[in-house]
Amino acid sequence: MILLPCPWCGPRNVAEFGYVGEAGPRPDPASAGPEEWRGYLYGRANPCGWVAESWYHRMGCRRYISVERHTLSNEVRPLATEGAGR
Amino acid sequence: MSMRLGPQPGEVLDRTRPFTFTWNGREVPAYQGDTIASALAAAGVRVFSRSLKYHRPRGLLTASFHDPGCIVQVDDEPNVRGAHRLARPGMRVRSQNTWPSLNFDVKAINQLAGRFLSAGFYYKTFIRPRWLWPTYERVLRRFANGGEVPPEAAGDYYDKRYAHPEVLVAGGGPAGMAAALAAADAGASVLLVEEEHQLGGHLCWGDEADLAALRGLSERVAAAPGIEVLCDSAVLGRYEGNWIAVVQRTVPGVAERLVKVRAGTLVVASGLIERPYVFAGNDIPGVMLSTAVRRLINLYAVKPGERAVVLTGNGDGDAAVADLKRAGVTVAHIADARLGDDIVRAHGRGRLRSVELPDGRRVDCDLLVTATGWTAPAALLTMAGDRPVYDPRAARYFPDPARLPEDVLAAGGIAGDGSLDELLAHADAVGAEAARRATGAGDGPVPIPTLPVDAHPALFRGRTHGIVDFCEDVSSTDLVQAVEEGYRSVELVKRYTTVTMGPTQGKLEAVNAVAIVAEATGRSIGETGTTTWRPPYVPVTLGALAGRVFEPVRYSPMQPWHEAHGATPLVAGAWIRPDHYGDPHAEARTVRGDVGIIDVTPIGKLDLRGPDVPKLLNLLYVNKWSKLDVGRVRYGVMCADDGVVLDDGVTGHLGPDHYLMSTTSSGAATVWEWVENWLQTQHPDWQVHVTPLTTAYASMNVAGPRSRELLERVTEGVDLAGEAFPYMNVRTGRVCGVDDCVLWRIGFTGELSYELHIPAAYGLHVWETLMERGHDLGIAPFGVEAQRILRLEKGHLIVGQDTDGLTRGFSAGLDWAIKLDKDDFVGKPELAWQQEAGEYPRLVGLQPLDGSVVPEEACQIVDPPRRADRRPRIVGRVTSSRMSPILGRSICLAQVDAHLAAPGTQVTVRLPDGRHIPARVTDHLAHFDPTGDRLRV
Ligand SMILES: [Zn+2]
Repeated sequence: MILLPCPWCGPRNVAEFGYVGEAGPRPDPASAGPEEWRGYLYGRANPCGWVAESWYHRMGCRRYISVERHTLSNEVRPLATEGAGR
Repeated sequence: MSMRLGPQPGEVLDRTRPFTFTWNGREVPAYQGDTIASALAAAGVRVFSRSLKYHRPRGLLTASFHDPGCIVQVDDEPNVRGAHRLARPGMRVRSQNTWPSLNFDVKAINQLAGRFLSAGFYYKTFIRPRWLWPTYERVLRRFANGGEVPPEAAGDYYDKRYAHPEVLVAGGGPAGMAAALAAADAGASVLLVEEEHQLGGHLCWGDEADLAALRGLSERVAAAPGIEVLCDSAVLGRYEGNWIAVVQRTVPGVAERLVKVRAGTLVVASGLIERPYVFAGNDIPGVMLSTAVRRLINLYAVKPGERAVVLTGNGDGDAAVADLKRAGVTVAHIADARLGDDIVRAHGRGRLRSVELPDGRRVDCDLLVTATGWTAPAALLTMAGDRPVYDPRAARYFPDPARLPEDVLAAGGIAGDGSLDELLAHADAVGAEAARRATGAGDGPVPIPTLPVDAHPALFRGRTHGIVDFCEDVSSTDLVQAVEEGYRSVELVKRYTTVTMGPTQGKLEAVNAVAIVAEATGRSIGETGTTTWRPPYVPVTLGALAGRVFEPVRYSPMQPWHEAHGATPLVAGAWIRPDHYGDPHAEARTVRGDVGIIDVTPIGKLDLRGPDVPKLLNLLYVNKWSKLDVGRVRYGVMCADDGVVLDDGVTGHLGPDHYLMSTTSSGAATVWEWVENWLQTQHPDWQVHVTPLTTAYASMNVAGPRSRELLERVTEGVDLAGEAFPYMNVRTGRVCGVDDCVLWRIGFTGELSYELHIPAAYGLHVWETLMERGHDLGIAPFGVEAQRILRLEKGHLIVGQDTDGLTRGFSAGLDWAIKLDKDDFVGKPELAWQQEAGEYPRLVGLQPLDGSVVPEEACQIVDPPRRADRRPRIVGRVTSSRMSPILGRSICLAQVDAHLAAPGTQVTVRLPDGRHIPARVTDHLAHFDPTGDRLRV
């Protein structure tokens, strides 16, 4: 089981977290067309390599955190602490 | 005939504690320390089971945990490893897989089976005709190797534990002990895990020098402060970040304990497993490995036979010869494989009679011992990414250190050969390095010496064909046949023949299988590759995995009252709530006529404080929230950014910068996370503080025309008059003497009603007081079922019942609530596009023309085909349906395609029995009191 570096709680088992998804900005709802909006809703790059993603520390501090995870090795490194996009 | 020897220097028996147990009903003597198999072997038992497919009699092979021939049933427990489990006084042990009986030689079956149960027999034989499968299954089950769990078996307690050692050492032989000692000396906390009942590995059945070395190591381990030892325990698997599963079998009062370990460094010191030799008759009882006879003699003081032939290719085979002679066994012939000697086949049925040599001679014997080489149990290393490399000179696989991650090391026989001193020096360095990698202490990497690799003759299959996989009854001819049928990859041969797929999981048979596929395909062993080792390393009980599963159940503070008054429970997520108290229709009539009370504690409640709460509400709800005065409540609907309805509920403005949001019962946790997500990730600058209060309040809804009269009797500080406290308002005050209660006047049931949120500790008191004070008003409790009837009569939707994961806002009858003129709210773009597109399903009220028919929920609404040979088109579905007590007819909510949504449209509902019935779309969602007069009195 991989460990996630929670900036508030330290390294914790991934089972304590809820997976939110690949991190990315929400498009401006006033100007986004269907293609851009549905890309945000459903489109995932799913690369083999480093990906920025959000996790929710459900069984811990209840903060949303962002990390970078390597999808091949599952190596994880901190990204930003808060407000880093969903 | 007793085969028990006099006391042996290394025996693990306590001869002062004799007892008996039963074997297939017969009493067997044993000493404390005996395994089931050692006690049976001492009593002269040679046949323990019958093989999976051919039902050949099977005896001891390895006399260790991995022995495939003596898996037995102990009392209610099936599949017990008889050569590992300690015998206990009075235990009832039975053989498994002995149809028709253990001692009856099923010769006819053998011959029949030999024709049919060849490679791929599962695929070839049992596929067609399909209708015969149930019969095949019954026959196969007869053959299958399982024991039984009687339905009345008492459950056992399975435990769970977490451990965080800096170094975990898998394997407590000499190398594992030395590595653990070195790691502890370097300051690391160490968990030392050993599969056997005692530390020491092969030293336990060794000579005087081995026993002396064992005593020294054991004393130091016992004295080392940083080492915790788990014996009779197995490392099941290694996962990312050295997350390691260990099953611990010997814990007082516990069947098994699953230890979840997060280790800094893992040292794999699993030793070597002796490999069987493949030749005709290699599974006849009396054919054993050299380690098996050495264990029987030295650990358990059991004479393994009377007259032996030994095939030896290494020093352990030679040591077995010495042990046999010391135990009084006649060694009739020694075939030294290092000198080119061999054996051809074993003869005997049910027990070994003789061994045939290459020159045609037959040597009479009842014991054949083979020492033909070793298999490195590399499972844990391969789980960590290693790809073991085959060394033809040593005739075994070695780990490839270059492929191992930083936090995994190997020590002992799995890493190389050498004298005991060389292995201990190597393990000492590995242990120190493991500690350094885990703790970061020390002055740089510890140099690890290179272990020598000894030459060993390559002995896999002899001149005849024999059994390769003793669990699955797969022979070398099966493997050759599979190759001839085109399966050249060892992974495919494995799946086709089931070789290595039995309980030993390849530990005994994998390398032999690879060698035979290599021989049959004309490749080398290295070119052929291996099958993949996957967790678990040894089979694990479901009990250990399930263990203590924490499944919390939630009850409201009023639960004792519900139980005392005959409530039928309803499981709703984590909550147990009253479904009804006997007659839901009567409960519903009480609410319409007098006053009823329902426990709604599971409703989600979030306390929201701060100046930016209105912004939050405007963002998360589809309707408008900027102008909600203190003292008002409003119904709101949340959609996700895909426009799908997420949750609904009311939110009240309690005071300056203070709101209380309610959610559906099932959505309480989701909405809390949802709110936090938007605040934390999108609007961290907003000043809103969120506190979940779901269980801090006991919630109850007092509903019915006489609810106001009742509450006036018990409420202080709140004017309940219709003008002073109108519909969709909130007040705080004292109820039944309890301060800080929140009252909101809302009406899910369609009646005048007050939802009370009471500080949880006083919930039962308030409930009981209301029941008492409302007695003369005809008060009665109502449950979830009556509430569902009442809300359906009123046409109020339930998110998740009348909507699903595809229902966007305009399909849920929420046109009146969705404010597309707001700047932004979650889901707005999709809802705007939904409205623009227009052709979306609608939520409608629906009544069958025959009011006595209640279509089941989820019934399809269909467009009847114009021609009989066409299938009807599905144009909607019934989302909710009940018989209405107040209307005396069936009522429904339904989602229908847009063209059928106009009031008065007649549609066709297909019932589960295939009948089609007509139903009419009603004028409103509400079947009862569509103008809402009853709510506003
Ligand atoms: Zn945290």
